[in-house]
This record gives sequence, structure tokens and C-alpha cells, in this order.
Amino acid sequence: MRTRLGRPLVTDAEAHAHDTGLAHQFEDLEQQQEADALGIWLFLVTEIMFFGGLFAAYAIYRWLYFGAFQGGSHILDIRLGAANTIVLLGSSLTMALSVRSAQTGNRRATVVFLLATMILGGIFLGVKAYEYNQKFVEHVVPSLDWAPEGETLARLAPGGLEHAEIYFFFYFAMTGLHALHMIIGMGLLLWLVLRARKGSFTPHYFAPVEVVGLYWHFVDIVWIFLFPLLYLIGGRY
Amino acid sequence: MQSFPFQPDQASTIAKSVDQLYFFLTAVTLFFTGLIFSVIFYFMIKYRRRSPDERPKAIEGSFPLEVLWTAIPTVIVALIFVWSSTLYFRNAEPPKGSLEIFVTGKQWMWKVEHPEGQREINEMHVPLGRPVKLTMTSEDVIHDFFVPAFRVKKDVLPGRYTTMWFEATKVGTFHLFCAQYCGAFHAGMIGSIIVQEPDEYERWLAGGAPGESMEQAGAKVFQANGCPTCHLADGTGLGPSLLGVYGNPVKLTTGQIVTADDAYVRQHILNPKVTTVFGYHSIMPSFQGQLTEEQLNNLIAYIRALGKAQPMPKEAGKQ
Amino acid sequence: MSTATLEPRVHAPRNYLNADYGWKSWLFTLDHKRIALLYLVSITFFFIIGGSFAVLMRIHLVEPQGALVQPETYNKLFTLHGIVMIFFFLIPSIPAVLGNFLVPLMVGARDLAFPRLNLLSWYIYIVGGMFTLYSAIAGGVDTGWTFYTPYSSTYSNTQVTAVAIGVFITGFSSILTGLNFIVTIHKMRAPGLTWFRMPLFLWAMYATSIIMVLGTPVLAITIFLLALEHLFHVGIFSPALGGDPLLFQHLFWFYSHPAVYIMILPAMGVVSEIIPCFARKRIFGYKIVAFSSVAIAVLGFLVWGHHMFVTGQSVYAGLIFSMLSFLVAIPSAIKVFNWTSTLYKGSISYDAPMLYALGFIGLFTMGGLTGLFLASLATDVHLNGTYFIVAHFHYIMVGGAVMGYLGGIHFWWPKISGRKYPNMWAGIAAVIIFIGFNLTFFPQFVLGYLGMPRRYAFYPAEFQVLNVMSSAGATVLGVGYLIPLIYLIWSMRYGPISEPNPWGATGLEWKTSSPPPTENFAEIPVVTEEAYAYAPGEAAGD
Repeated sequence: MRTRLGRPLVTDAEAHAHDTGLAHQFEDLEQQQEADALGIWLFLVTEIMFFGGLFAAYAIYRWLYFGAFQGGSHILDIRLGAANTIVLLGSSLTMALSVRSAQTGNRRATVVFLLATMILGGIFLGVKAYEYNQKFVEHVVPSLDWAPEGETLARLAPGGLEHAEIYFFFYFAMTGLHALHMIIGMGLLLWLVLRARKGSFTPHYFAPVEVVGLYWHFVDIVWIFLFPLLYLIGGRY
Repeated sequence: MQSFPFQPDQASTIAKSVDQLYFFLTAVTLFFTGLIFSVIFYFMIKYRRRSPDERPKAIEGSFPLEVLWTAIPTVIVALIFVWSSTLYFRNAEPPKGSLEIFVTGKQWMWKVEHPEGQREINEMHVPLGRPVKLTMTSEDVIHDFFVPAFRVKKDVLPGRYTTMWFEATKVGTFHLFCAQYCGAFHAGMIGSIIVQEPDEYERWLAGGAPGESMEQAGAKVFQANGCPTCHLADGTGLGPSLLGVYGNPVKLTTGQIVTADDAYVRQHILNPKVTTVFGYHSIMPSFQGQLTEEQLNNLIAYIRALGKAQPMPKEAGKQ
Repeated sequence: MSTATLEPRVHAPRNYLNADYGWKSWLFTLDHKRIALLYLVSITFFFIIGGSFAVLMRIHLVEPQGALVQPETYNKLFTLHGIVMIFFFLIPSIPAVLGNFLVPLMVGARDLAFPRLNLLSWYIYIVGGMFTLYSAIAGGVDTGWTFYTPYSSTYSNTQVTAVAIGVFITGFSSILTGLNFIVTIHKMRAPGLTWFRMPLFLWAMYATSIIMVLGTPVLAITIFLLALEHLFHVGIFSPALGGDPLLFQHLFWFYSHPAVYIMILPAMGVVSEIIPCFARKRIFGYKIVAFSSVAIAVLGFLVWGHHMFVTGQSVYAGLIFSMLSFLVAIPSAIKVFNWTSTLYKGSISYDAPMLYALGFIGLFTMGGLTGLFLASLATDVHLNGTYFIVAHFHYIMVGGAVMGYLGGIHFWWPKISGRKYPNMWAGIAAVIIFIGFNLTFFPQFVLGYLGMPRRYAFYPAEFQVLNVMSSAGATVLGVGYLIPLIYLIWSMRYGPISEPNPWGATGLEWKTSSPPPTENFAEIPVVTEEAYAYAPGEAAGD
């Protein structure tokens, strides 16, 4: 008996393999998992190069206009930034726990920890939205609403106002790109929640959780760099 | 049919040496291309398939050959690198006593200003046998000042100065091209370098000149913008005296020591707060948007001239 | 009367082409071979578009004042010619068509590591292409494919944002393809296929993928910043607002120089497959050729500053970039010597793929050697920004990469389509292309040295003769490109059916049928011999 593609009838072993999520191009789950792991690490390398270009441009302008960068940095709310850092670190913890839960076959815990990660991610994004709104209130949004006044102006003027605008450009570009990655991450987490609830993950097959986990950790690490680079320039102590 | 040359005029002191290097590179190219072509051609014929079931023996490789044909190209490129870099380095700095001409590029024309004040558009008269240093900036996008006959070019950037120099060795008129794409009429941003015998050049300078040198024009800009108010010549003002400053080291409030060159002077006029001189307050206002490139060029010419003067002795008690 | 014409064709064996019919089976396929064909059609389409722009340009340039269009239009033509040819033809060409088709076959796998990512790559490429076509139709772009600031960010009022989005998106197609190849080559090689038994085409794909994965993201962020600057005028690249236009150039060239190695390494890989097959001899110096591909990939990241020698950057930076640029030439030279030595005491046949491969070697050698003129600081000062540069890169990208691509298409065409093409016409086309190419671009070396700058919509009359020569050559070249288009399409319907291994080549791809079945191999092969086992007593079945 032949299938449409002319292959021999699927054997029991192959059918079983299909249930376990083994894709047809791989010989066994181990090969698939190794490929998935290498794939996500490579992807993260591309993300490093991507953000890296932005960090390089930031570094050059910070070196050229340190005063302006310092002034701009001091306008940011360090408490919110620090809080967000803790929140994101916490979300990495819950993410790691969800991977562990998937690995041990604990379906309920997997879903709970994924949801916790999403909640913490949502808190981060909410705080970010509030901060962005504050920038409009203070009129320090480059090009769209750039009219600093009062104490804000006093803080930014010494370093040069247009150089301060460059600082805020990097603020929005870097945190914006980061936030975009987080939103994509939230989408991936939602996808995982739906699959986990269906019972798609077993101790033998939980690669998607691991892969998304690595992505989430990477996004977290990017923030760990962004926080000091944007919020802590020149110290305040 | 007109005869067409294979090289442009050799009209500068470096043209001949650049051409020599060029011809050497051409010879290397022709040699290796010819070598590869002929060896391949020869093998293609000598080892053509004579019967369908020929199975030649495998030849894995030859380490000595690999070393040989790695070493020889390496030696050749090393030679070219040393030769070329030496030439480049030697020609990097303009000789002392160069005639200093200012060039401003803008879409789509070249504005040239001689120190004596003579101005030209899309043309530059220069004397034979004297090094000429160009200080160039752009009013808008990146351009490039290219004189094929001199074998020189340099990008012309907005917001900063680039410099290049040449010494003409032939009287005549030579092409000037913009060689960095700059928009719709990039191809039209061309002109001429007119090399004249020194006495003819002097005559040209004298005839029809506006009568005011760049230095004099710069002095007027200096006055008109209130600079002497703070930059007193005796150093007792709110700002430092500018006598003897240009070209010498300056210490900034950050402790950093920089050279007061064209870039520093220009940047300081446009954005003074970030490069205040040590011992002074950061109160100089910015002149961004208030001076044209031409006025800036004239100011620089004036400050260069001040730089040649001796600073006045400082009063005791002042820094 | 023959009964053959009355028999319905029910006996054609099942292969990936006839496994399924209908547009859905193509547009939603996960089969790497079908995806390769999707790419083949798309890049041919973009080649025709980019080529048409070139035709218009060369017609325009026969007269010093310009024969065809306004300068503003000419500027848009050369910009879009560059963007389309580089991002939508050259960079995908061999990796996305031949690489996608062959990598799984050559490693002995059923597909790439991530088939869905592969299909996504193609869709991303198409979306990027749509943005670029839109920008061309909606008024065009006139910044040059290099997008130098501040012209592109502040002064140009053409469709910069649209084309930036297009190029940005397409970059991800490149990244995902490279990622797929790296994982496939690392993790999915058949039993017995060690690294040093792999065909050199795989080494070339691997080295290319490293560049795609590491370099393209930098282009992405650069274009992203450019688009933001064009839209919001914050000043990161504009000096009037405190920005640095040279920063753009550094970021841009950091990708765009390695990009040229993305374009040439695959073609070198193709040549490394063709020469052994048509000389019936193992490649000379296998390991050296393999390592040279990796060396080129690595060194290629260190030389970008040679595009900026005349920008006023420090002479010391110039020295370092010059030295490294000379070094990157060495591995390429080594390859040329090894290919040539493979011919020694071989058994050489003159089939079309071989003619393309030999054309590649000749033209690449010339193009590469003219690179020395540009790595050399003193001569680059004179030659930068002139037609010498244009000639140099066309020798490598057209004389090199395109001939390598055509050679690969001709070599693997029987495998891909199951059909053979007329060898005589193929050989004639190869010769016409070779001649037409030289007629088009050799005069441009002379033009450049004489001082004619590039990107000029009109020029001084003294340059006319060489321009006319170049345009005449372009006509011959254009005819040369049309011929394969005709007979290859013809062969798909009327060409003689091919046997599995018409050239008697080694390599796992030749051990399966032509065309291959969807799953590539009935059983995953086990590899016991070295690559290029052409010698007597080496090949299985001897």
C-alpha cells in the first residue's frame, strides 16, 4: 500500500515518532533537539549583531556628547527603571521554571509559570508605556514633541540641547526595539500556553518551551545592558 | 576619430609616481591573468578527453606548491602595500608655506576663495610650482573634489573640514569633477583648475579682485559679531586672547588637551559650551545658524593670522 | 505509425515536480526543492528588472549629454539597478536557488533543518521585493544603493523610506537562509559524511552563511536608523543637528563589504564542483580550498574601511584597512591556483558548465587583481569614485558571480528539471556572454583611470568613444543572457529526459533520480568515500 508520496506504509515506530513531535526531516528526537538548540543560539547571535549596531552608534555619540547624555539620563525615572529590571529578572525566573516544569512533565505548572512570565512581561510593558507617556508630558520626544522647558530644560541645556535630542533618540530607539522584541515574546508565550494546555509537551519533547525560553532570556539580558547605559550615566550618587 | 589617451595629463608632482605604481599594478594584473589564461588554455587542450572512459589518477595536492603560491602573492602584495603606503604617507601632509585656498561645495557648484579675497565659482586659478592646500567643507551633502590630472581627490563633508594639497607642474586647464554622488546634478558639478605661471597668477589675482582679503573679511565678521567684547587681545577679557592660539595646544576644562586647528575653531564657534578652555567659564554663546560657511571660512583665515602673532604678556594675577 | 504517441504518460516516476499539482502545492510547499524553484522564478524576474534598468542606462550613456532620460531619472535608474541586482538577485541567487536545492541532497538529508523557516524566507523576500517595486513605481529612489547620508536622510525627497523597508525586510530572508544552512550542515550530515568528506560547495555555503548571519543584522539596524532619520530628522547622521554622516558609512560598509563575499563565495563553491567533474579529477588541495572559504569569510569582516579611504579618515586607519584588504586577496588567489592545478593531467570535456566555470576563473582573476589597485592607498585616491570601481565590481559580480550562477544552473539543470538542454547553444551562449561582458566592462577601466566619475548622467565629450564601446558590448551581453533563458525554458517541455547522473559526477545529489523524489532518498545514504572520488578504484561500483 502506498501513500500519495510513494513512501512505504508508515511503520509503527514512525507513527509513534509522529506523535512525539518528530519532524520528518530528522532521524530522531535527539537530532531534532540539537538542531533546534543550535538554531535558536544562532538566531540570538544575529540579534546580538542587530542590537550591536545600535549599541555601537550609541557608544560613539555618548563619547562625543557625554554631557548631553548625562543630562538626558538624569531626567529618566531611575526607580521605574530599577523596578522594571527586577520585574524582568523575575520573569526570566518564571520562564526558567516553566521550562523545568515542561521537562518534568508537569503540565499545570508549565502553564502557570508561562502565565506568570506573561504577567510580569505585561507589567514591564505597562511601566514602559507610562514612561513613554511621561516623555510626552515633559516634551522630550525627538522630532515629534521636542520642547523641553523649566527644570527639564535646565538639566539638558548645559550639554547642548540638540545633542540631548540625540540621546533621547537613542532612548526611544533602543527601548522601543527592546519593547518590540518583548511584544513578540509575549505572542510566543501565548502560543506556548495554548500548546501546553493541549498537552503538546512531554519530557521527551519540550523544545519549543526551551527555544522561547532562550529568546526570553536574551531579551532580558538586552535590558540588563540598556538599564545602566540609559538610566545610570554619570552616576547620581 | 580623435585619438584618445589611456591616461590623463600628468600635471602634478605626484602624478608620475602614482602612474608608475599604476603601471606596475597593471603589469602584475596582465602577467597573472595571462599566466592563468595560458596555463588553463594549455591544459584544456593537452588534457582534453580522448575517450569516454578515461579515469585519470587523483592528485591530492602538493604542500610545497601551496606554500609557494601563497608566499609569492603575499610577497607581491606586501611590496605593493609598502610602495603605495609610503607614497600615500609622504603625500598626506601639505608642505609648509602652502598657498591656502578655501573650497565650499554645495549642490551643485564649487565656491572657491583665495586668501587675498578673490572668489571663483567652479574654477580655481593656481600658480605653477607652488604647493596649494585646500580647506574644504560642504554646505549640504557629501561631495568630492577630484582633479584627475593631479591624481588627487578628497571627500568634502558638511559640518567639518577636510584638507588636501597638490602642486601643479604643468600650465593649462584641467578637469575638476565632483566624485561623490550628491543628487540630481552631480554630473554638472564640474569645473576647471587653471594653472598659470606665477607672474600671470599674480596678475590674475590683482585684476578684478574685491580688494579685501579673507583675513580682512574675517576681521570684519569678528567685529560685527561682538567677539572682541570677550576675546580681548591682552587676555584680560572673559574669553582668552586669540593671539598665538591657532595651531597650538589648548587645555580644556575637562583637562583634555586638544590642538586649536580648523576643526576645533569651527566647532567651538558653533557649539562652545562643550569645549571651553580651562580656567574660563562656559559663557560663550553659540553662533550656530548665524554665520554662513563663507563667514566661517573668513573667520578661520583671520584666526589663523592671529595665531601667527605673539601673545601679549599676561598681567600678574590672571590665569 | 508508432504506438508510442498513443500511450498516455503514466509511467513517469514520482518525483518532487509531479508529486502534487496546483498553486497551493507550490505556494505552501515545505519541500526545499520546490522552494528553490520559487526562488529561481523570483530572482529571474528581478534580474530582468535590474537588467532592464542597466539597458536603459547604457543606451542613455551613448551620448555625452545623455540620450534617453533626464538626470533625475538616470539617478533613479542606477540606484534601483544596484538595489535590485544586489539585494534581490545576487545575494539570494546561488544560496537560495542552488543552495536550497542542493544542501539537503549533498548532506544526505530529507530536507533542511527548518523547512517552514525556509518557506518563510521566501515570503519575506517577496514582501521585501514588493516594497522595493512599489518604491520604484511610486517615483523611484535616487540615493545610490549606498544611501549615503545626509543626502539620503535629509535631502532626497524620493521613496527612501519605502525602499529602506524593502531592503530591511529582505535582509531577514538572507539571515534565515544562512541559519538554516548552518544548522543543517552541522547537525544533519549523513552517517560517514565527515566535514572533510563534504563537497566544497557545502563549505562555500557554510562560509557564506556565516557572513549572512553575522553581517546582515548590521545592515538591518543601519537601514532602520536611516529610515528613522529620513522620517524624523533627529540628526544622528546629519551634521547640522550634531550627527556624523561618516557613522552611516562605517555601519553600512561593515555589512556591505562582507556582502560581496556572500555574492562570490557560493560561485566559487560552484566552480569547485564543476572543475573536478569535467576534468574527472579530485580537486587539487581540497583542504586548502575549504579553509580558504572560511578565511575569506573571516577576513572579509575586517576590511570595510577601504571604501572610505578618501573620506578624511585617519591615515593610520587607512593603512590598517589597506593591509587587511591585501591579505583578503590571498585566499582567493590560492583557490584560482588550485582550480587550475586540478586540470593538470585531467580528462577535460568542454560541456557548457565547464565553459562557464573557466569563464569565471578568467574574469574573477582579472576582477580580483584590479582590486589590488583599490586596496593600494595611493592609487585608490585617484580611482575611487570613478568608472574603475564600476568595472572592478562588475568583473567580480557579473564576470564572477553571475557566470558561477549560470554555470551551476547548467550543471544541475538535469537534476533539477530532469531534462537536458542543447549543449551547443549553451556553449555558444557562454562564449557570447564572455565576449559581451569584456566588451562592456573593459573600457570602463580605462574610463575610470582617465577620470570619468561614476554615477554621472552626462559627461564631457572626450569620454564618448569608450562609453559607446561599453554600450555596444552591453548589447552583446544582453543577447548572451537571453539565449539560456530561451533554451532552458524550452528544455522543460521538449528537452531530452535526463538520466540520474548525466555528467558522471560524484556527490550524493547525483545518486538519486533526476529529478529527485520529494523525500530525496529512499533510504538515508551512508558515506564511505572521500569527495570527488573520480579516480579509478575510488568510486563505488568500480
